[in-house]
Amino acid sequence: MCGIAGITGGNLAVGQEALKSMLSMLRHRGPDDFGLYSDGRAALGHTRLSIIDLEGGRQPMSNEDGSVWISFNGEIFNYIELKDELARKGHRFSTNSDTEVIIHLYEELGDGCVTRLNGQFAFAIWDKNRSELFIARDRLGIRPLFYSSHAGRFYFASEIKALFAGGPLPREIDPAALNEIFTLWCSVPPRTAFKGINELPPAHWMKIKDGAIASVERYWDVPLGEETRDMSIEEAADGLFDILSDSTRLQLRADVPVGAYLSGGLDSSVTAALITKISGAGPHTFSVAFEDRAYDESGFQHEMARHLGTEHHEIRCSYSDISGVFPEVVWYAEKPVLRTAPAPLFILSRLVRETGLKVVLTGEGADEAAGGYDIFKEAKIREFWAREPESRLRPLLLKKLYPYLSAFQGQSDAYREAFFNGGLSDVSDPLFSHRPRWQTTSRLKAFFSKDLLAECTPGPEERLKMLMPPGFGSWRALARAQYIETASLLPGYILSSQGDRVLMGNSVEGRYPFLDHRVVEYCARLPLRHKMRGLDEKHVLKRMAHGMLPASILKRTKQPYLAPDSKSFFAGGKSPDYVEELLSEGSLKDSGYFDPVSVGLLVKKCRRGAASGFRDNMALVGILSTQLLHEMFIAGFENRAVAGRDAGLRAPAAAAS
Amino acid sequence: MHDKIREFIFENFLFNAEGSALDNDASFLETGIIDSTGMLELVNWIQETCGFEVDDTELVPENLDSVNRLAIYIARKTQTEPQASG
Repeated sequence: MCGIAGITGGNLAVGQEALKSMLSMLRHRGPDDFGLYSDGRAALGHTRLSIIDLEGGRQPMSNEDGSVWISFNGEIFNYIELKDELARKGHRFSTNSDTEVIIHLYEELGDGCVTRLNGQFAFAIWDKNRSELFIARDRLGIRPLFYSSHAGRFYFASEIKALFAGGPLPREIDPAALNEIFTLWCSVPPRTAFKGINELPPAHWMKIKDGAIASVERYWDVPLGEETRDMSIEEAADGLFDILSDSTRLQLRADVPVGAYLSGGLDSSVTAALITKISGAGPHTFSVAFEDRAYDESGFQHEMARHLGTEHHEIRCSYSDISGVFPEVVWYAEKPVLRTAPAPLFILSRLVRETGLKVVLTGEGADEAAGGYDIFKEAKIREFWAREPESRLRPLLLKKLYPYLSAFQGQSDAYREAFFNGGLSDVSDPLFSHRPRWQTTSRLKAFFSKDLLAECTPGPEERLKMLMPPGFGSWRALARAQYIETASLLPGYILSSQGDRVLMGNSVEGRYPFLDHRVVEYCARLPLRHKMRGLDEKHVLKRMAHGMLPASILKRTKQPYLAPDSKSFFAGGKSPDYVEELLSEGSLKDSGYFDPVSVGLLVKKCRRGAASGFRDNMALVGILSTQLLHEMFIAGFENRAVAGRDAGLRAPAAAAS
Repeated sequence: MHDKIREFIFENFLFNAEGSALDNDASFLETGIIDSTGMLELVNWIQETCGFEVDDTELVPENLDSVNRLAIYIARKTQTEPQASG
């Protein structure tokens, strides 16, 4: 995995210094090598984590005559098949890398090249003959790509901090993004947490000419809403096994050893079991165990590791471990987060690196593809209840939700009903499934300062609705809920704050067999009744995994990955200095995003260990991460940029042109 | 009792000092003041502050879902004179 950056537009004769500054902020993404290319009209940079063709894969890389140059972050898993096909068409290859395949595929198909790629990627191609920059991002948004335009120049990079380091770009947190994040958990692309900084949405490409955006196009979408009705569960499970096995086989392609995460749940266990079956040996496996037993799943993790005979490694995570790395997590996430869950994953990826590995496969994406989230059950129950709103029996199904939340289970039927009854009359609302979650999250805005609230116009949900495909409103509740999760939370939080950014913070590449687009497409078209049978989530996956996993893993109640939130910052009534400082009245007044009185009361409540439910915990984490973001990217960025430049490019000398 | 309830709500759910911003008849649930899990926090507070156990059958919005309803419920349970307040 790697970091990419570049500039085009205007005279770039002196652009290399800016590019070096950009690359210096991306060294964690590619500590093995770096390279620069510049021809006066475009400058491309690359930091490399060597995984395929360790010797021959240096970048930026060009075609035979130097008319097409690429800087690429990611992996193309079907590169061997594509290379054979392209070679038969007369293309000559000088390396064994997947990068070179993209170049020749671009020569062959132009912007259509992206549709042939099976992989996780963000890349930039400079086409000298057309004087055009072509940038593209993978279908599900696994790899990041940010851009900004300023004074006639177009800047792009794998991370926002590189844009700030290289260009004279204004640095300001976008109130509209805070409004979206404190409603939807993530901003709606192309918006990011920073004004004027955009991200290329998943499954999109863009062309840039003379420093200006010339065209943007979406090249793929999840075919939810195309349900196949007449497939038996046996056929569905067999088909899933075939396609998931092939996806896992392709994703094991690497010239370095590959490990796997084990959460103790179904998805990562299936992934590790398939790796073992395909490679004939258990991989190195990695897990997070928690000192707080409410979050700990180590019993299941150990059982699965023993079952597969893997060499198992774990971190045992305490409250102070989480608060200790939280500032680093925000530095890499580059956005406010509402949960601490990314922090243990950051520590886990450090363990992977210390063990000597730099690639791990995970079970991410299975819940979205195969229907595993509780919010899907919630949508199904509410849709069922809405058909007979006066029924006394139907709302009793609400008790089946969130079995791992003691506070939820402890509340009365009357309150549970009253809470979920909201919006029941509008089952045709395209966003029906997610309204309760967003309504709860929106309450966090009560902590916003008056100035920030004045800038928060209503409508983050409606902006997200604009991204929904034609016919979306007529889909069934489960399909709609799946699409919303796949289009928003998956790239906006799961694959970024809990995925790419925390993994790459330790120079580790994550791979996701469930997010092979063929698996996603296959699952999208499955009969909905096979994904959720009654209220049994991921039914088809469980059927597929029967015989592969111990019964205890297969039949256990699903527990989503969570980490202790406010407790991590106030364990024993004591907080790290940065928490005290950033949540102080003075700091809150200086940054101006939150109301110091309200935050003061919340902090008091958290300090005495009385924080309850999602609202208090999400508010505390969201406020603290926003304050950290301000401190690191707005107030104190210059110091970090200088430190990055000083420490940045000490790698082996790169091939510059 | 109204003042005590309001103080608890402001410090633990509304997190502000603007006492006039809450109508005594406003539904905690509909206005989002108390989320789906906050009700348990409220019940704990009642039990600790008022010295009686809240029975499961009493966990209904009619008893707990506004300052006035709560005050009337607590008064009934502690056998003091219930009074609604605007």
